[in-house]
Amino acid sequence: MGDEGRDYTAEGGHGAVPLKDVPTGLGQGGDLGGPQPEWPLYEVFVRGKRGLNHVHVGSLHAADDRMALLHARDVYTRRNEGVSIWVVRADAITASSPDEKDPMFAPSGDKVYRHPTFYEIPADVPHM
Amino acid sequence: MTAIDSGVTSAPDEAALAHDFQETISRNDRIEPRDWMPEGYRKTLVRQVAQHAHSEIIGMQPEGNWIGRAPSLRRKAILLAKVQDEAGHGLYLYSACETLGVSRQQLTEMLISGKQKYSSIFNYPTLSFADVGTIGWLVDGAAICNQVPLCRTSYGPYGRSMIRICKEESFHQRQGYELLMTMMRGTDEQRAMVQESVDRFWWPALMMFGPPDNDSPNTAQSMEWGIKRNTNDELRQKFVDMSMPQAEALGVTFPDPELRWNAERGHYDFGQPDWDEFMQVVKGNGPCNAQRIEHRRRAHEDGAWVRAAATAYAARGPLVEEAAQRPSRDRGAA
Repeated sequence: MGDEGRDYTAEGGHGAVPLKDVPTGLGQGGDLGGPQPEWPLYEVFVRGKRGLNHVHVGSLHAADDRMALLHARDVYTRRNEGVSIWVVRADAITASSPDEKDPMFAPSGDKVYRHPTFYEIPADVPHM
Repeated sequence: MTAIDSGVTSAPDEAALAHDFQETISRNDRIEPRDWMPEGYRKTLVRQVAQHAHSEIIGMQPEGNWIGRAPSLRRKAILLAKVQDEAGHGLYLYSACETLGVSRQQLTEMLISGKQKYSSIFNYPTLSFADVGTIGWLVDGAAICNQVPLCRTSYGPYGRSMIRICKEESFHQRQGYELLMTMMRGTDEQRAMVQESVDRFWWPALMMFGPPDNDSPNTAQSMEWGIKRNTNDELRQKFVDMSMPQAEALGVTFPDPELRWNAERGHYDFGQPDWDEFMQVVKGNGPCNAQRIEHRRRAHEDGAWVRAAATAYAARGPLVEEAAQRPSRDRGAA
């Protein structure tokens, strides 16, 4: 490989792609402006089969709710992955802070007595 | 998405955040979108995931070339499903990439302006129908080798996309191999067509794993961050070892005189692809680079009026009678 090749790297993905000296677009703001603002982002939830909860599967952009549903069907359920779909505009979701040490969850951390394993019951007592 | 500030603690300093990040990686746990992450990690991921997405999107073109000329309705239906999957894969990955803080518009712009790249494999032409089979078998086979370990990548959304994609790649590989098996049972001319196609795609498929490890200084960092789980050479070896018995069963050979079993290593030895060619193709000088990008740009620009119309329709809101007919919405707690 020539000198030029020495600092060329590529890896990962569906075939290697360069990971050096490629612009990322980070920190340039979301919408590029122009005549077409980006369609809103929707989060997609799919019920895999009857009896199961809807589970988050990903997101997509759509102009409106109906288009979001149709796109969700095409993108996320091409192989019978679901019997029901919810789409929710991402900006309508309120979330806790993502931190694993979030004090919001601290109150449940020290309450071991809420778990069945906290209680010692003799092994010969049946059905406990 | 808005987040509620629990307001109990003040923001921890960067060293503490970096420590928590490293701890999460060491525990083999996943990093999620709103976690703190080093800028280098974020940038490396954006580059890898964005260009992975671009590869899927551009990857529709070589095979799409044959949809109108597939020799039977069965092959046409299979090919349509496969090309639709590639679009789906691109969309899963764009969605994962956007969680890192880039917009879809930016990603599309960086693809059609050539600022970001895609896998070099899609810059080779599909000259015969056998290429549809060879792409499924070898190109998607190589992609599976690359992608299966990425299911355990440290960034949650990327790993989850890879899990969905890998499930579908298996269909891609099997339909390709079955297509080639069918042709191998045909006429001498069809068998020759398969061999010629395999000869053209073997080296580009090996290139899909990227340059040798000693020319991939990023690998160590990517592995430390848990983005990548195996080196380029490890994956390439695995692919060669996997493909040899498949080639024998099919009755084709690979165009590499150095290819032979090494009992001592317990692996096949093989020659190196032409890395200068690889560099040229990634840089934009492959047989089809200009055509692929031009096609993507045209599709984007020709679709502008559709996007504008949908936006205008959405802004108008539903008609009164339409709204009255809408079923009451499921408001139950799941």
